[in-house]
Amino acid sequence: MDRREFIKHIGAVTVASSVVLSACQSNDNETPIAKNVIDGQGEMTYRTNPNTGDRVSLLGYGMMRLPVEEGGTLRDHPNSPIDQELVNQEIDYALEHGVNYIDTSPVYCKGMSEHATGIALARHPRNSYYIATKLSNFSPSTWSTEASKTMFENSLKELQTDYVDYLLLHSIGGESDEMDCMTMFNARYMDNGILDWLVEQKQAGRIRNLGFSFHGNPKLFDTMLQWHDEGRYHWDFVQIQMNYVDWNYAHVIEEENVNASYLYNELHRRGIPVVIMEPLLGGRLANQPDFIVKQMKEREPETPVARWAFRYAGTPEGILTVLSGMTYMEHLVQNVETYSPLRPITAEEDEFLMKVAEEFVELKTVPCTSCNYCMPCPYGLNIPVIFSYYNACITEGKMPAGNTEAKAYHEARKRFLIGYDRNVPSLRQANHCIGCNQCVSHCPQKIDIPTELHRIDDYVEQLKRM
Amino acid sequence: MLRKIRICLQIIMMALVTLLLLGIGFKVHLWAGWVAKIQFLPALLSVTGGMVFLSILLTFIFGRIYCSVICPLGIMQDFFSWLGGKAKKNRFSYAKENKVLRYGFLGVFILALIIGFAPLTTLFEPYSAYGRIVNSLFKPLYDLLNNWLAGMDASNDRYNFTEVQIWTRSVTTFMVALLTLLVLAVIAWRKGRLYCNTICPVGTTLSLCSRNSLFRVRFDKDKCKNCGMCEKNCKAQAIDFKNCTVDYSRCVVCGDCLDKCKFDALHYTAKKPAVASKPIDNERRAFLVGAAVAGASAAMAQTQMKVDGGLAVLEDKKAPKRQTPITPPGSISAKHMQKHCTACQLCVSSCPNNVLRPSTDLMKLMQPVMSFERGYCRPECTRCSQVCPAGAIKPISREEKTMQHVGHAVWVKDNCVVLTDGVSCGNCARHCPTGAIQMIDYEGPNGAVKVPAVDENKCIGCGACEHLCPARPFSAIYVEGNVTHHIS
Repeated sequence: MDRREFIKHIGAVTVASSVVLSACQSNDNETPIAKNVIDGQGEMTYRTNPNTGDRVSLLGYGMMRLPVEEGGTLRDHPNSPIDQELVNQEIDYALEHGVNYIDTSPVYCKGMSEHATGIALARHPRNSYYIATKLSNFSPSTWSTEASKTMFENSLKELQTDYVDYLLLHSIGGESDEMDCMTMFNARYMDNGILDWLVEQKQAGRIRNLGFSFHGNPKLFDTMLQWHDEGRYHWDFVQIQMNYVDWNYAHVIEEENVNASYLYNELHRRGIPVVIMEPLLGGRLANQPDFIVKQMKEREPETPVARWAFRYAGTPEGILTVLSGMTYMEHLVQNVETYSPLRPITAEEDEFLMKVAEEFVELKTVPCTSCNYCMPCPYGLNIPVIFSYYNACITEGKMPAGNTEAKAYHEARKRFLIGYDRNVPSLRQANHCIGCNQCVSHCPQKIDIPTELHRIDDYVEQLKRM
Repeated sequence: MLRKIRICLQIIMMALVTLLLLGIGFKVHLWAGWVAKIQFLPALLSVTGGMVFLSILLTFIFGRIYCSVICPLGIMQDFFSWLGGKAKKNRFSYAKENKVLRYGFLGVFILALIIGFAPLTTLFEPYSAYGRIVNSLFKPLYDLLNNWLAGMDASNDRYNFTEVQIWTRSVTTFMVALLTLLVLAVIAWRKGRLYCNTICPVGTTLSLCSRNSLFRVRFDKDKCKNCGMCEKNCKAQAIDFKNCTVDYSRCVVCGDCLDKCKFDALHYTAKKPAVASKPIDNERRAFLVGAAVAGASAAMAQTQMKVDGGLAVLEDKKAPKRQTPITPPGSISAKHMQKHCTACQLCVSSCPNNVLRPSTDLMKLMQPVMSFERGYCRPECTRCSQVCPAGAIKPISREEKTMQHVGHAVWVKDNCVVLTDGVSCGNCARHCPTGAIQMIDYEGPNGAVKVPAVDENKCIGCGACEHLCPARPFSAIYVEGNVTHHIS
């Protein structure tokens, strides 16, 4: 309570100052008047699943980016064990504050996520939360009937339960050089009869809701919904990537991707509950360039930048829950506040965010969300870290720019190159990418990874030669 | 007064030489590079002449001040001699000059220089001996300190220090440096400048000039009370107080005797003097070295290893067996390098890409060679050619550098990942700065693939292809040295 009161006081001061500020800018009609907003003053917003009547918290806990003992996530310390103590604390806090949807997968965190999730959740009554996990599809060695069944049974064991509330076919819609999306889907879920087996498990009560998560070719998405319409399979829910950038610009960023607006509308039209993933684009919408941050802060000085994205993702009707892979307690606290209760995005704000999205796309960052699905690269590169360093330099305005003779340019150049070495050991840098293309089919964002790496390498080489 | 000036100059010179040899960055080669270029033998070998003439002139006028304030190995020995003096006071006594050993060795040395027998010349050249000690023994400590500072910088978003790799470039050179340090420390501790006055070829050469130098330490026999303090404190063992004589071929003009004489009987003048000077007490000296060592060991305790993992494990690259070693651009040929290089390791310390390391080949012992396991000779870098004091690596511009064909790339089919892993690659071709590599169609065991082909005329031997080749531990493309560098 003390903290809240403190925030209120601060808020009052800020209101006063923002009134003064807005008075100064009153001749500028474009800039809305900054307003003082304090979120997190009420109860968590819940949405009802029409299939089972589940009351699901609008904030879902994604267990893909768990904290590790050496600090950060596995991306930062790939050999570190999960920080179970912190995971427990975070799960405790989440459940205590009304979060009840926990999403994991057999492949997350080098396969350690389900185990850690199971330990944390087993300390609470089973009926106080819903578990979502997946039948994953990363390695063809897991595609046989037996291996798939083992994967499901193992999930139950790791999660210390005898039923899963939400089971997803993991990340369907992918394709590779050898297989188109339909062939790959059939090979993974149909030819081995595993989808039918899952339906049986649902009838047996071991799965309460059956759905899929989708990235990639819309042909497959359409087929899945067609099956739903025909009554061949019933999808209790579908998980899609949605945020204020992907709403209209997914297709612009990567031609092969489909806009979230299409996916959402198709699902909502059919009354299928929608689970949102990547509401922050892997954190990138929380790390906006200064000129975007400024616009957001001019509207609501105290609202965290990330909150705009969460409010956006939670606003549409039919959204069951918005997943956030919260590594740190601070993320969790902030997100709980965002949805307690949700302050829906207004039409005017929606327009503002669409403008922000347009500016964000213009930055030409690499649309990587650091999901690490491309890793490990067989030739040793640390792909997500290369991209995130490059993106951070763009969004933070650290790219050398302007007159190449100027001192500022040389300073920025030096910082860029030293920072690159600090973030990525030289053996793991972009110049080691041989273009074998093995990563490409793993990328849910459909990034042409080798091309992007070569582009970054060329840029680094050009800077080095100056 | 003389002694005080000498110590000040020694500290300045020692600091500059050591910082330069440590390769501390901060453009040290620009503001301290000159201290290497005034060293006697490197200057002689660089055939620029001027510096050698100046050293000789200096000696004719002032005596062997070169040995006192310019030669880093001499300064280092003074440090150990000073420590020895702390342990046992007034420990020296006059010894006769060993002319046979002195001039005999000088003769051998000159002969070795003429026929180009590098192991002998490089081993006894004083500046280079010190260079190896710094490079092999002190640089790893400094690098630990540097990496610790770089870690601090990184966490504070500063960009002054950057992390470097710490690695032993040659075990042989390390052992030679360690042995040199130990032997000289013991000799200097007990016998002062014995090495400089019997073995050192530069010392012997300069002694020929200093015998009749204009300024020298002279006895005022009227004032001398034959107390012997001057002789007991002469680290060159050059003073014979009974006969009131000084052996000017061995006196390095340190000024210790002047300060020790309570009777004002010794003077450093151009002619017989009668001017009085007050003795000056100077107790503090060379604590800098001690402080630096303490700082370095503190840094060592705080340096942490970084861990990679969850990433593909990468095997370290191994150096291929090269028929002809590769010498850096500017060194003209293996022969030129062998004749001029004094193996001071300054280029090795300065190489920002971890390409240069001392050779283990007997005839080129400790002279630099290139290899590309940790980096390659980047087109924009000409650092080694800028720092070389001996003219072994001649100064070249960036443009000239990319025209020096120091070697040529050779494709090793059996290692190429295109054939072994069945993947498409071309990383060598993509990174060749001269466009010497093209990917051509090739009928592999599993169908048509693209493999690299080298245009020998365009290849300059920079090693980009070798370093960036994904094949491990041996690259599928490597550089074979050119005996003489081609220029196109």
